[in-house]
Amino acid sequence: MTAPGKDTGVSVQNSPAKSPGADLDRNAAQRSIAWKTTLQAVGMLPVLIILGIAFQMMSGRFFSFQNLSIVAQQASINTVLAAGMTFVILTGGIDLSVGSILAAAAMVAILGSKIPDWGLLGVPFALLMGLALGLINGALIAFARLPPFIVTLGSLTAVRGLARLIGADTTQFNPQLPFAFIGNGTVFGVPWLVIIALIVVVGSWFILRRTVLGVHIYAVGGNPDAARLTGIKVWAVLLFVYAMSGLAGGLGGVMSAARLYAANGLQLGQSYELDAIAAVILGGTSFVGGIGSIWGTLIGALIIAVLTNGLILVGVSDIWQFIIKGFVIIGAVALDRYRLKGSART
Amino acid sequence: MSETPPILAMRHISKTFPGVRALTDVSLAVYPGEIHALMGENGAGKSTLMKILSGAYQADAGGEIIIDGQPVVIDGPLTARHHGIAIIYQELSLAPNLSVAENMLLGREHKSGPMIDRASMEEACKAVLDRLGVRFTATTKVSELSMAESQLVEIARALIANSRILVMDEPTTSLSSRETEAMFALVRQLRAEGLAIIYISHRMAEIYELADRVTVLRDGSYVGTLDRADLSAERLVRMMVGRDLSSFYKKEHDAHGSRGPVILSVRAMSDGRRVRDCSFELHDGEVLGIAGLVGAGRTELARLIYGADPRLSGEVVLGGKSLSIQKPQDAIDSGLVYLTEDRKHLGLFLDLTVRENVNLSVLGRDARMGGIMNLRAARDRAVAAIKALAIRVASEKVQVGTLSGGNQQKVLLSRLLETKPRVLILDEPTRGVDIGAKSEIYRLIDELARRGVGVIVISSELPEIVGTCDRVLVMREGRLAGEVGGPGKPPITQENIVAIATGVSEEAAA
Repeated sequence: MTAPGKDTGVSVQNSPAKSPGADLDRNAAQRSIAWKTTLQAVGMLPVLIILGIAFQMMSGRFFSFQNLSIVAQQASINTVLAAGMTFVILTGGIDLSVGSILAAAAMVAILGSKIPDWGLLGVPFALLMGLALGLINGALIAFARLPPFIVTLGSLTAVRGLARLIGADTTQFNPQLPFAFIGNGTVFGVPWLVIIALIVVVGSWFILRRTVLGVHIYAVGGNPDAARLTGIKVWAVLLFVYAMSGLAGGLGGVMSAARLYAANGLQLGQSYELDAIAAVILGGTSFVGGIGSIWGTLIGALIIAVLTNGLILVGVSDIWQFIIKGFVIIGAVALDRYRLKGSART
Repeated sequence: MSETPPILAMRHISKTFPGVRALTDVSLAVYPGEIHALMGENGAGKSTLMKILSGAYQADAGGEIIIDGQPVVIDGPLTARHHGIAIIYQELSLAPNLSVAENMLLGREHKSGPMIDRASMEEACKAVLDRLGVRFTATTKVSELSMAESQLVEIARALIANSRILVMDEPTTSLSSRETEAMFALVRQLRAEGLAIIYISHRMAEIYELADRVTVLRDGSYVGTLDRADLSAERLVRMMVGRDLSSFYKKEHDAHGSRGPVILSVRAMSDGRRVRDCSFELHDGEVLGIAGLVGAGRTELARLIYGADPRLSGEVVLGGKSLSIQKPQDAIDSGLVYLTEDRKHLGLFLDLTVRENVNLSVLGRDARMGGIMNLRAARDRAVAAIKALAIRVASEKVQVGTLSGGNQQKVLLSRLLETKPRVLILDEPTRGVDIGAKSEIYRLIDELARRGVGVIVISSELPEIVGTCDRVLVMREGRLAGEVGGPGKPPITQENIVAIATGVSEEAAA
């Protein structure tokens, strides 16, 4: 009738306080709940640490400050995209279009940066581009009730075309990029890219855990029918999460344009959505929605960056990098499921 | 009966989960040709015991399971099936996209060479289905069957596997009373054929109707076994709860003596299909029952009032003001809330904590500017609700999915109560809830009525309707077919309600 974990819970809650040993049982249950919560919060952190130690032992220079800084920079754009993706996946949806949105937004950022004296406008333009595309995704999903996979699969292709259209299908450069500091500058030695990614993560945590909207996002993902009956505006929640994902794509576009001084509608951001999804899933967020955390996503994005960086350091060929990365993602999630058997759904 | 040896004996069964003792030294003996009822509150250990029998769990060392006089080890579902044990679960385990025959022989398909032999499968199934006297055929798709018929397929599946011990876990939960009658007849037929049937149910009436013997569990321990001759409601309740429930139903509010003004009137409510032209009034501090057979349109009517489904026509007037309810949020905002009959799928968020579930409807009200949550207010509310409704839970941070049915229901109720409703529609408020929690929920209904809240109780359990309500509307085929208990109406008795619900007698609706 119920899963093993649930059944134990039932028995505990129901034992009346007067029966001998009930207190003991309850304490044990409380401890086991606390233990599970800790495990869930820590999530994939051990995998990240083990990977780091392994690469240090194999290459001898993984833990240098310089290399860690590179890893953090490499992880930053994916972290931003994955943060937006976390919102979407928590509602039980998916956003396949973020890579394309990133390309379109980067293109807008570069073109905007060429406006004489007002080149900084490229940044808000790119963010607005991402937000607008995300809102279109969200509107189709929330109001037209189309499946998220289909909608964003369509916009994956259409927005890719849009990115090429905006740039007239050429690579756009701007060597005098007014916001180049975003991609290459540092504050007290910390790259701007990393600072932005951390701000996005903390902001996401705040929305998810400290606002009413955040609880509603978890509620819609956990039980959409009940959410509607409870009076939650499900459409508003859906619109918000896809808008957030689009905005994250826009921000990713700015970061990427700022790093490269250039944008290319055809190649930029190709398959970035898959890395973002992988980071979210590695972070322990349930694919059917309702369970997950932004900290998990951060760790997931770091695992992917550490793998990429470490495999290069160790000198593994490009082809084998792909194969190994794929297996690590599957293996890590399998490990996670096994570890939290009965209490987690991925 | 004691001359024949038992077909199944479970002796000294204990089961310990990490930190929790679910069963302590439980014994159970079942004879062929016997309907043996297993009773106990939710969490008493019935499910755990049956899971050990079915091989889903292993008992702790020291216990033994004896079938036909031989000690056996049941280490998995396959072994259980091999020993002739079949379990018919509450939540049906059929594949709706497959045919009846394919479901009955799932995993044991007949083959001719490498090919599946449908003709032989259908023939084998037909024999069993004929024995059960069903209306569908072996080639019918399960998705086309009703709930009751699907259950018959489950039973047929057990029979075709030559099962001799049949465990039925609340088989009538989703059946109408006519279907329940048919189910009872079938269970008796299986008993006559010599099967041993372990029957789990919360419904006292069913136990009276069917059981030859009753074994009661409480808090994971064996309490006792009663023969049919010794059965009495008081005795069973005392065994299950461990205390007397002299005032099981509580009705201290006095609706007739001080009948308040009309608080809610519903006029000409229709959805064009299952609810037709329903009009009624609810008074301040009144508990109004809505009875009727399953499928009579009770839940549909409630959902229309609440704005959960689109309506064809109809008006809702609350406190003299006509409301425009388009969606549930509108109803909640005007002080009208609805407790769903399906709390797992339509009510609770099982992955969220007790605190979040209790607060969900009032988060916006409590929030600081910009929708930032007021965590302290949320915690205080949850802690107060746990205390007020005696929700048995270690802390407010526990996930709701881990609670028992009764405690889950209380969490859902507290969420509704936090909105300070003026009218409360409770749809099957005690479904899947143990006896202790039931009486607490009845007490709560009484308390709410005393505070002047208008309460509507929709229930399939007639004793519950009769015990808690001041006035009862009876629905039949989407219409309000009659009323009992009101001024100038026949008194509230099960007989009067059934007579209207089945169309034996017709009373003009109010």
